[in-house]
Amino acid sequence: MLALQILIDGFAISSLYALGAIGFTLIFGVSGVLNLSHGALMVVAAVIAWWVGGLLGPGTGSVYVGAAAGVAAALVCALATYRLIASPIQKSPSIPREEKEIFVLTGTLLWGIMLQEAIAYLFTNNPKTVRPLVEGVVMILGVRTPHNEILTAVLSWALIGLLWLLVNRTRMGKSLLAASMNPRGLTLLGFELSNIYLAVWAIYGILAGIAGVLLGAFLGVSSDNAGTLTASAFSIVVLGGLGSVSGSLVAAYVVGYLETLTAYLISPSIRTVPVLLLLVVVVYLRPQGLLGRR
Amino acid sequence: MLRNRTFLIVAPALLVMALLPFGVGGYILGLLTLAFYYAVFAMSWDLLFGFAGEVNFGPSFLIGVGAYTAALLNHYWLWPIPACLACGALAAVIAGMILAVPALRLSGPYFGLTTLVAVLLLQNVIVLNAGITGGEIGLDLPDVLAVDDTTNYYYAFAFMVVSGGILFGLSRSPVGLILQASGQDAVEAAALGFNVAKHKLVAFCISAFFSGLAGAMLIFYMGTASVGTVVDIAVGVNVIIAAVLGGRRTILGAAIGAIFLIGAGEILRPLGQLATFVVSAVALIVILFFPSGFLGRLLHPEGRE
Repeated sequence: MLALQILIDGFAISSLYALGAIGFTLIFGVSGVLNLSHGALMVVAAVIAWWVGGLLGPGTGSVYVGAAAGVAAALVCALATYRLIASPIQKSPSIPREEKEIFVLTGTLLWGIMLQEAIAYLFTNNPKTVRPLVEGVVMILGVRTPHNEILTAVLSWALIGLLWLLVNRTRMGKSLLAASMNPRGLTLLGFELSNIYLAVWAIYGILAGIAGVLLGAFLGVSSDNAGTLTASAFSIVVLGGLGSVSGSLVAAYVVGYLETLTAYLISPSIRTVPVLLLLVVVVYLRPQGLLGRR
Repeated sequence: MLRNRTFLIVAPALLVMALLPFGVGGYILGLLTLAFYYAVFAMSWDLLFGFAGEVNFGPSFLIGVGAYTAALLNHYWLWPIPACLACGALAAVIAGMILAVPALRLSGPYFGLTTLVAVLLLQNVIVLNAGITGGEIGLDLPDVLAVDDTTNYYYAFAFMVVSGGILFGLSRSPVGLILQASGQDAVEAAALGFNVAKHKLVAFCISAFFSGLAGAMLIFYMGTASVGTVVDIAVGVNVIIAAVLGGRRTILGAAIGAIFLIGAGEILRPLGQLATFVVSAVALIVILFFPSGFLGRLLHPEGRE
């Protein structure tokens, strides 16, 4: 009974982590940016979905409009992150190449703090729960499972599948892969690199937005969560191997289940501690991550 | 030339700060006292980042270890302040050496993450052992450095000047040059016959020593040690922003950045929640448009490094 509960809850939260982290991995793999405003982006999506959904009133349609507005807000923020912060820093002639990384990290961190503070100022930092996209509960072998939790898992996997198809089966996906392997070679073939980056950031924005809205409906979100969300995406991505999409998926499940197990079997107050310890061990013994290449 | 211009900027500024207690009230002195400790945090961070090339996302790990070691010794065993400070600094040096082990093996984001995890773990240890450490509320200390604003101000001021002098001197010394070389191209530096690992380890120890000592002094100034003031990620973020804002690889710039950051936060306090927003926005603009920071701009007006 408890085991099944852990299995189901762990699966839903892990799928959500996977969805959140996969976009993070994608932009790192393709454009080399570690986006520390990731958590703030998810918070923006959830809070806007909550706000628009609330404005439109209690009808069923308003939930969907709200969710769409949330995803759109995340998309806009992601493109702004690229256009205003990541791209200017990467192109800046006055920052030496070996220091670009720390500048991108600091810049996106500051941008994340700005988004977080703006949300806290406009909507307060009280936790907000987005109304679930579908109501109702179902009993799975005696475990009460909300429909919304199932939807979260299904939707996450559907999106991950779509992303896989996009990357592996389309022309655009091939150019994304090429950009991650050899950007200069791609430019020589006549592709506009900045268009490809823009497309990756747009995909990332949509994925992070959906993950944010789902998280808001599943657990509820407050602007104070931004840092934790970034840290969890960061740990998943490093655990799985920077830039390795399949590694991130595996790592998301490791982290999701480890947290759920700790919360159920030991105490919810130390939920994140085993993950941090695992992370330290992995980083010491296998710095390239579980499935990463050196 | 550089030395000359630096001197021309620093000497009058120090003179003004030394005479300040005769002209301004306790409120501004208290603010500057805090800023001076932050200045030491930022300068030690700059030694690691600007010179050794190590991106340490967890300056508050070193600060927190120093501060809490001193706090526990003072709270439970009533050790005198100087002994607590010495032990705090020593504990921070040990923590720095622990951090240095992965730093010598890992690079870039991996090392950055390890330091971040170190902070989160320290924070969890403190919060989960709330019975001993006071947890989120904090640990109150029986002793304080001084009750008088002016005395506290001079303690902090003297500490900042001495630490700053040592760190700045070090950065301009042959050791600093070797560090800078190893930070920029470790392989080439090693090929020239320099022991990169040894120098980086020294840099970690020195950075940790000053971070830990400053952390310990800060809590004796405040009279209480809490996660929010010495361990929280936000503390580390402020330190990094201060160092980058003031101009990395300048040491002195880090101090200017820290004083600016604390001052700006206070001036903008009437804005309430928006204060952090505005400070972050200003810092972001500086990073985007003047990446060499305040001091970098001043020392190299032509824009050359």
